[in-house]
Amino acid sequence: MSERVYGIKTPIRLEYTYIAGRARSAFLRALAERRLVGERCPQCRRVYLPPTGACPTCGLPTEERVEVSPKGTVTTFCVVNLPFYGQRIQPPYVCASVKLDGADTTLFHLIQDVPAGEVRMGMRVEAVWRPDEEMEASAETIRYFRPTGEPDAPIGLDGEGG
Amino acid sequence: MREVAVVAFAQAPIVRRETERNEVEILLPVVRDAVERSGIPKSEIGFTVSGSCDYLAGQPFAFVMALDTIGAWPPVRESHVEMDGAWALYEAWVRLQHGDVDSALVYAFGKSSLGDVGEVLALQLDPYYLAPLWPDPVSLAALQARAWLEADGHSEREMAQVAARSRASARNNPNAQLAGDFDIDDLLAEPYLVSPLRRHDCPPISDGAAAVVLAAGDLARRVCQQPAWIRGIDHRIEAQALGARDLTVSSSTALAAEKAGVASGPVDIAELHAPFTHQELILRGALGLDGETQVNPSGGALAAHPLMVAGLTRIGEAAQRIMDGVAGRAVAHATSGPCLQQNLVCVLEAE
Amino acid sequence: MANRCAVIGIGQTQYAAKRDDLSIAGLVREAAARALEDAGLAWRDIDAVVIGKAPDMFEGVMMPELYLADALGAAGKPVMRVHTAGSVGGSTALVAASLVQAGIHDRVLTVAFEKQSESNAMWALTPKIPFQPPVVAGAGGYFTPHIRAYIARSGAPPDVGIRVALKDRQNALRNPYAHLRMEDATYEAIAESPMLWDPIRFHETCPSSDGACAMVLASEPAAANSPRPPAWLLGGAMRSEPIMFPGRDEVNPRAGRDCAADVYRQAGIADPRRDLDVAEVYVPFSWYEPMWMENLGFAKRNEGWKMVLEGATAFDGELPVNPSGGVLSSNPIGASGMIRFAEAAMQVRGQAGEHQVAGARKALGHAYGGGSQFFAMWIVGSEKP
Repeated sequence: MSERVYGIKTPIRLEYTYIAGRARSAFLRALAERRLVGERCPQCRRVYLPPTGACPTCGLPTEERVEVSPKGTVTTFCVVNLPFYGQRIQPPYVCASVKLDGADTTLFHLIQDVPAGEVRMGMRVEAVWRPDEEMEASAETIRYFRPTGEPDAPIGLDGEGG
Repeated sequence: MREVAVVAFAQAPIVRRETERNEVEILLPVVRDAVERSGIPKSEIGFTVSGSCDYLAGQPFAFVMALDTIGAWPPVRESHVEMDGAWALYEAWVRLQHGDVDSALVYAFGKSSLGDVGEVLALQLDPYYLAPLWPDPVSLAALQARAWLEADGHSEREMAQVAARSRASARNNPNAQLAGDFDIDDLLAEPYLVSPLRRHDCPPISDGAAAVVLAAGDLARRVCQQPAWIRGIDHRIEAQALGARDLTVSSSTALAAEKAGVASGPVDIAELHAPFTHQELILRGALGLDGETQVNPSGGALAAHPLMVAGLTRIGEAAQRIMDGVAGRAVAHATSGPCLQQNLVCVLEAE
Repeated sequence: MANRCAVIGIGQTQYAAKRDDLSIAGLVREAAARALEDAGLAWRDIDAVVIGKAPDMFEGVMMPELYLADALGAAGKPVMRVHTAGSVGGSTALVAASLVQAGIHDRVLTVAFEKQSESNAMWALTPKIPFQPPVVAGAGGYFTPHIRAYIARSGAPPDVGIRVALKDRQNALRNPYAHLRMEDATYEAIAESPMLWDPIRFHETCPSSDGACAMVLASEPAAANSPRPPAWLLGGAMRSEPIMFPGRDEVNPRAGRDCAADVYRQAGIADPRRDLDVAEVYVPFSWYEPMWMENLGFAKRNEGWKMVLEGATAFDGELPVNPSGGVLSSNPIGASGMIRFAEAAMQVRGQAGEHQVAGARKALGHAYGGGSQFFAMWIVGSEKP
């Protein structure tokens, strides 16, 4: 007696060697030294962190390196409650957009060392790094951001473009 | 149909593996170069469309990162095809027919070096019957070459001649990856890679990017001394299954050539996207080219083959020769899919 | 000048979590064959095919137009494959329409699909790419922070999202093709469902669906012979903006506003809330409805939520939004944008059956994608422009 066959499973395994590129490589190497380095657009003068090598609104290469603070402000956030593929931490956990002092764009990262219900827009946070022996040129050198305890910073709720 | 011309073309030097720069960093100077050459201010370009492939880049939504290179602010009319940039150019040409925008930027990028391109291309195949066998593109092309060799008394020597001529021509192309003088008998003494194909019959693996600017009517005449007018452009596809079509004749190329009007004038140069030597010979036949046409003065895909870019580059190279006054009428061709499954033909003319 | 373009045939598949009764080719053919039948045409009558879908990783097939060429009767024809992230269903329809508007073809078949059950959709959306922080938040994780920002800036009460979800779940019951059909949808059932990304709950989220949607677009002469009333294209536009730049308004993106302004101008619409009869809008998470009401100019800034609470977007409201049940009810990602465009056309053709909005003559189809950065919209009407 044969069972109905309605599909086949084809395992696909492809290996890629990704190239970080000039801008991102510089950013990652600086992270290994616990430094956050963005790039400034020659035209609009804004600092992009992490840098991509190009200013997306001006379409120009960004080359000027600018070091920014490991402290910043939560501009918005969400509380992740559901489990899914690729997750490393038990939910619920908070992911937030953090605007570091000196940067004009935000980083998306984890917020920990604070109950999820207490995270708020405008909260001041700082980077928590891996210990010295685990430092390397990798996006994982920052483990998460935690509150600094400073008073909340004002954030513009009405984004105006450009 | 509204008159549309290529008014600028730029490309990155094609290399085997670009390790310093990512796709965005390779593309940015190319886009800026093309826009500058066009003489049209970036803010006035009416439409932008690109060609690239997620599986080549090893990430979904790969085209999104490239948006940073065009300065999409204020917001722009922008589109993307997951195909060679030649089809992005087709979409742009169609869009310019509407009459409300007069210029378009077309770009393409791809790094074949990131993954195993042979494995990646197997995923283009029928997922139930063919892909699980993981046939590589060289083997598939070899099937076609064998059929072609036996169809009309062709020879491996003809194929080697295509290889030698292409790489010799590439010596005049500062952006080509493989260039040099090769002796035919030396080439034929080499062992087969996958019979009947030898290494020289196959394209290199390449990283690259290219960009073209199109302009319509009076704008083209205003910004460009000698625009390369697109007098005809068409593309056709065949069934994928290798057993379902005659691999030795490229019927879709012949049909596209007919629709694009290739035969209505002499063809000074032809830039053909033939990754394998025998395919150039098949395409010549399908396009009805005679011995008067110079084929692949750039060296073609045998000299540089960045996937997703090579087809657009053929159009750019052909157009450049018209803009430079070196050719009066040219044909450019692009292909996609195994064994010349899908083909685009573009006829370019000087005024 | 652009030629007129009409929708003369529409076909959809039954949307479901897993269509294990069809191959990928079978899925697209189900939709395409229905569209051809609706148009009174055969495969050979079609001049060109434009396919769209989201990332190929959703099925594990690279550049599927190559594999699908014969399944779509496309051998010997021009075929293109569009990919503009989540807006792709919409932009695909616009690229297809472009061919007719340019006078190049008379009858174009356009299909958008996703058979995302064949791969792992969650993985395909956010695979682990090196050089990025290991912050896996899922699709909702990207959009929910912007929802929070909207609530903070507008002062919207917390139940707005639940009310949108309730409306769309009830609307889906009138749509035989819908994937999620929640017979027992109530305010409480939605409010008590698990919180996924605060404030988005389980029942306020779109499903992952298999499905395809197809349309036959025709020139004016070709439309003259069609058996059923056509929907006429009154305007179509696309706009894109970068995902990340300082000062970007991610809640009310300018690309969306500009795109809407362009289609309204083309369609001669001065007051969209008054002049449109129905809107099919891409709402993957409930709160995006009030946000898009503002982005589309149906409501003033910070007041979109009032439209929801007033019942203006309800099936019997002043401007019904997503009478089909929307993306919240069926979400084959590559097709969702085209489903919006097709549903708009169905409304003005009087074809929407149980979810027909009475007397609909002008309808908006809306799609967006990426980090709310790619927009594609069209307006269709029952009268020739």
